[in-house]
Amino acid sequence: MEEVRIGIYICHCGKNIAGVINPKRIVEHLSRLPNVVVAKEYLYMCSSPGQSLIEEDIKEYNLNRIIVAACSPRMHEPTFQSALIRAGLNPYLLEMVNIREHATWVHERDPAETEQKVIGLIRAAVHRAINLYPLEVERLPVVKSVLVVGGGIAGIRASLDLAKAGYKVYLVEKNQSIGGKMAQLDKTFPTLDCSQCILTPMMVDVSNNPNIILQTYSVVEEINGRPGEFEVKVRQKARYVDWDACTGCGTCVEKCPARVPSEFDEGLGTRKAIYFDFPQAIPRRPVIDPDHCLYLIKGVCRVCEKFCPTGAIKFEDEDQFLTLKVGAIVVATGYQLYDMRKMYEYGYGKYRNVITGMQLERLSSANGPTSGRITTIEIERGKIKPGKEPETVAIILCAGSRDENHIKYCCRIGCMAGLKHAYYIAHALPNSKIIICYTDIRAFGKGFEEFYQRIRSLPNVFMVRGRPMEIFENKDGSLILDVFDSNTNRRLTINADLVVLETALVPPQGFEEFRKILKISCDPGGFGLELHPKLKPVETTVDGIYLAGFIQGPKDIPDTVAHAGAAAAAASAFLAKGYIESIPYLAHVDEDICSGCGVCVSVCPYDAITIEVTDGRRLAKVNSVKCKGCGACAAACPSGAMQQHYFTDKQILSEVSALAEGVVA
Amino acid sequence: MAKAKIALYWCASCGGCEEAIVDLAEKILDVVDKADIVFWPVALDFKKSDVENYPDKYIDVCFINGAIRFSEHEEMAKLLRRKSKMVIAFGSCSHLGGIPGLANLWNKETIFRYVYHEAPTVVNKEGIEPQEKVKEDGMELELPSFWNTVRALDQVIEVDYYIPGCAPTPKIIEDAINAIFTGQLPEKGSVLASQQALCAECPLNETKPEKITLTEIKRVHQIILDHEKCYLTQGVLCLGPVTRGGCDSLCIKGGMPCTGCFGPLDQTIDQGARAASFITSIIEYEDEELIEKVVNDIVDPIGWFYRYSLPKSILKRRNMEVKKK
Repeated sequence: MEEVRIGIYICHCGKNIAGVINPKRIVEHLSRLPNVVVAKEYLYMCSSPGQSLIEEDIKEYNLNRIIVAACSPRMHEPTFQSALIRAGLNPYLLEMVNIREHATWVHERDPAETEQKVIGLIRAAVHRAINLYPLEVERLPVVKSVLVVGGGIAGIRASLDLAKAGYKVYLVEKNQSIGGKMAQLDKTFPTLDCSQCILTPMMVDVSNNPNIILQTYSVVEEINGRPGEFEVKVRQKARYVDWDACTGCGTCVEKCPARVPSEFDEGLGTRKAIYFDFPQAIPRRPVIDPDHCLYLIKGVCRVCEKFCPTGAIKFEDEDQFLTLKVGAIVVATGYQLYDMRKMYEYGYGKYRNVITGMQLERLSSANGPTSGRITTIEIERGKIKPGKEPETVAIILCAGSRDENHIKYCCRIGCMAGLKHAYYIAHALPNSKIIICYTDIRAFGKGFEEFYQRIRSLPNVFMVRGRPMEIFENKDGSLILDVFDSNTNRRLTINADLVVLETALVPPQGFEEFRKILKISCDPGGFGLELHPKLKPVETTVDGIYLAGFIQGPKDIPDTVAHAGAAAAAASAFLAKGYIESIPYLAHVDEDICSGCGVCVSVCPYDAITIEVTDGRRLAKVNSVKCKGCGACAAACPSGAMQQHYFTDKQILSEVSALAEGVVA
Repeated sequence: MAKAKIALYWCASCGGCEEAIVDLAEKILDVVDKADIVFWPVALDFKKSDVENYPDKYIDVCFINGAIRFSEHEEMAKLLRRKSKMVIAFGSCSHLGGIPGLANLWNKETIFRYVYHEAPTVVNKEGIEPQEKVKEDGMELELPSFWNTVRALDQVIEVDYYIPGCAPTPKIIEDAINAIFTGQLPEKGSVLASQQALCAECPLNETKPEKITLTEIKRVHQIILDHEKCYLTQGVLCLGPVTRGGCDSLCIKGGMPCTGCFGPLDQTIDQGARAASFITSIIEYEDEELIEKVVNDIVDPIGWFYRYSLPKSILKRRNMEVKKK
C-alpha cells in the first residue's frame, strides 16, 4: 500500500480564526501526528496564493492527503477540491476541519481551550484522512423533457418558460381545464387588474405551444426511475368524450338537462353533467361527470350524444394510463381553501350569508353566477339564488389562519384579498357599509401599503381590530357578529347582511399521498419542503424535483410566478448539460458479508436498495442513481456489510477514536 | 505422527460448553483417536501441578471456555497460554464475556451487597461475606479474588482462534476440530464460524416483506409466534441480522428468536450498539408517541442487545462513580 503523506493547512481567515487562536503554535503541535509530512498556516487559504501553496506542496512533498483547517466545508470544500484536482490528486482525498464555526466563532472567550479543541479536531481529521481513498463520479444521461404537475398560474408559467428553453413539457392537470385558482378571481390585488384578462392569454399560449403537451383531467399515479430519467405513470380519467373528434362547439353542454353545483363557482352557480370548468376553459373539450350524468347513473337520456355533430360522445370510455419519460418534475399543485365548516362559531355552511372570499370573487366576476352582481344569498326550494344587495358587509380576516385550533401559519394573502373584497363592494355598492375585522394588517408586498391606505380611507370602510367570537343568524338570514375591538377596547355587536371569511389556505387534497409518490418532505403545514429555506427555495431533497408556487408555502400571484420561473430555471439548469454527475459518496454493499436481512431496504428513504436473489443468495443491491448518500442504510446495517463511501465505519471510528484518545478499538 | 496434545479448561462458565463437548457423543472418540487429552478438570483427574510440570508449549491446542471473573481464572489462563502452542476461546463467555459479563453493570461491592445481604432468599444474620483468606481450626484457607470487572479471554491473554456460541453447536466444534487437525485454519484471530449474519442461513429470511417496520415490540411470551414467518417482522427482537451465522439457525428452527450468542461479524466493533442502531432504524417513525411506545417496549435493552458481549463492547462496563451535581 502506498505510504500516506499528509499536508495540513491552517487558515487564519483574517481575524476570524487567528484572532482567537495562534495558528503558528498549533502548527508546531501537528508535526507530531502520524503521517504528517508538512503543516503550514496562511492568512487566507481560499485565496489564490493559499490554493497555490497546497498545489505546490502536493508536488514538492509528494502529498497524497490534504487537510485544510478553515471554515465550513459547505463554504470552501469545492474550492480546495479543485486545488487538489489541479495538482493531480483525487478531490476526495481532501479532509476539511471546520475550526471557524466549530471553534473560534463559538468559543472566542476562551482561547486556550479553543486551541486544545482545534488540535483535537485536527488530530481526528488526520486519523480519518489516513483511511480516505479516491472516489470517482459517474456521468449519467438525462431525458430532455419535464413533467409539470398542476395547471394553475405556477404550472402555466413554469411550462411556458421550459418550453421556451426548448424542453418538451407534459403539463398534467387534474381538472378539465387549466387556469387554477387564478381563473376564479375577479381582480388581483393591489393593482386591480382583471384576473382573467391577464391569465387567459397565457392559457392560450400553453395550448398553442408545440413543446407543451397538455394532459388535463389526469393525475400522476406513480413515479419510478431516477433523477434525469423518471418514468411517470399518469391516469387520464374517463372523459366520455372523444377529444380528437370533439370540436368544442358546446352544443352538448347547452342541451344537457342535468344541473350540478359548479365547483368553479364555489357552489353558488350550476354547471351541466357534461361541462367545461368555465366558459374560457383550455382545452375547450368537455367531460362528462359520471356521478351526475343521467345516462351513466340511470341509463336514460343520451341527449348530448343525439346533438353532438361529430359523434364524439363515448359513454364506454374508461380511465387510461400513459407512461411519460421525463428528466425533471415541477410540482405546482397549488392550494385549497381550509374547510370553514370546521369553525362552527362562524356558521359557514349553516348560515347562508356567511361566504368565503373565493365565493365573493365568483359573485363579483362578470362570468360568475350573478354576472358580477354582489348580492346576499337566498335559498328557494333547496336551490341557491341571488338575494338583495347587502347594506352592510363584514369581512373577517384570518378566518382559520394564525389560529392554534385550526391553521397556525399566516395565509399571506388574506389581508390584501380582504381589502380587495372591500373594494369590490365599495365600488359596486357605494351606499353600503363595509366592516373589516382584522388581527393585524400585513401589507408587506410591493404596493400593498399604498393599497391598504387607499381602501381604509374609503368613507364606507370601517376597520375593527378583533376576530369575531361568534356569529348568529337572524330569521331573515342577516347576521349578528360579536366582536371585541382592541383598538377601542369595546365589545361590539355588528349587524351584517353578508359575512365574507378570508379563509385559511392549505395544501390541496391528496397532496400528502402525492408527496409520498414524489418522496419529498413536507413542512409542519403539510406544504412541500424546499431544500434550503433561503438558498434553495425551489429544490427538494430529490434531485430533479422542484416546487413551484403555493405548494412550497403561501404566496400571492407575483411571488408564485417568480417562484415558478425559478423552478423552471432550476429544472432547465439540471437538464441543460444532457447529463448529470452522480455523487461519489454512495452506499455500497460488501456482498461477501451481506446476509440479505433487508434492514437497509426498510430504512432507505429513496427506495434505492432492493434485495435480489443471486445464486440462491439474498443480497442487497444499491441503485447508485437513486442513492443520495444519506447514510441511513450504513448506520442501520446490522452486519457492517453496507458502507458509505467517504463515511465508512473505519473512517468515522478512527476519527472518533482519535477524539476519544484511543478509547475505541 | 505423534498424537496431538489437547487441553480443555473452564473459567467463569455454566458448564454448558463442557456439555457441548460431551454432546459430540461418539465423535469425541475420533478426537481421542487423533489427540491425547492432557488436561480436562471437569472430566479427567488432572491437577494444576500437572500442567505446571509440563514444559512450555507442551500442549498443542488448548480450549478455554468461560469468562475471566476471578484471579484464579486469570492465573490459569496465563499458565495455559504459556504451556500451549494454540489457545482457542471456546464459547460466548470466553469469546465476548458472555452472560457473566452482564455483571459489569455492577461491581464487587454492589454484587456482594446484594448476593450476601439483600437478596430476598438470603439468611445471613451475621453478615458473613466470603474472604480471600480465612483461618479455620488453625488452617489457613484461601479463595481467589473476585474482581470488579468480568473480561473476555483475549482481554487477559493472547487468543489464536475463537469458537463462538452459547454453547458452540456440535457442527461448529466439529468443523473447528477438523480445521485444526488438517491445518486448514484461516488467519490468526479469526472466529471459526460463518462470515455472514445469521439471516443468510435462516430459513425464514425469504419470508421477509420488502420493508420491515416495527410498530410494536413483543417478548416471546406475549405472542403466539408464526413459525413460518420472520420473527423480526412479527415484532419480536431477533438479533439474527446482527449476529454471526454458522449455528444452522438452531434457535430459529426451535421456534425462538436469535439472542446473539455467536457475536458480531468481523466488521462490527460493538454488537449491542449495532443491534440498537438497526432495531431503532426500523421502528415506524411517522408518529413520535408511537416511537416512544415502541422503544419502551424494549424491556432491558442492555440485556437484549449486549446479552453476550458487554465486556467486549466499546463501553466494556458501567462506570460506578456517581457524579455529584
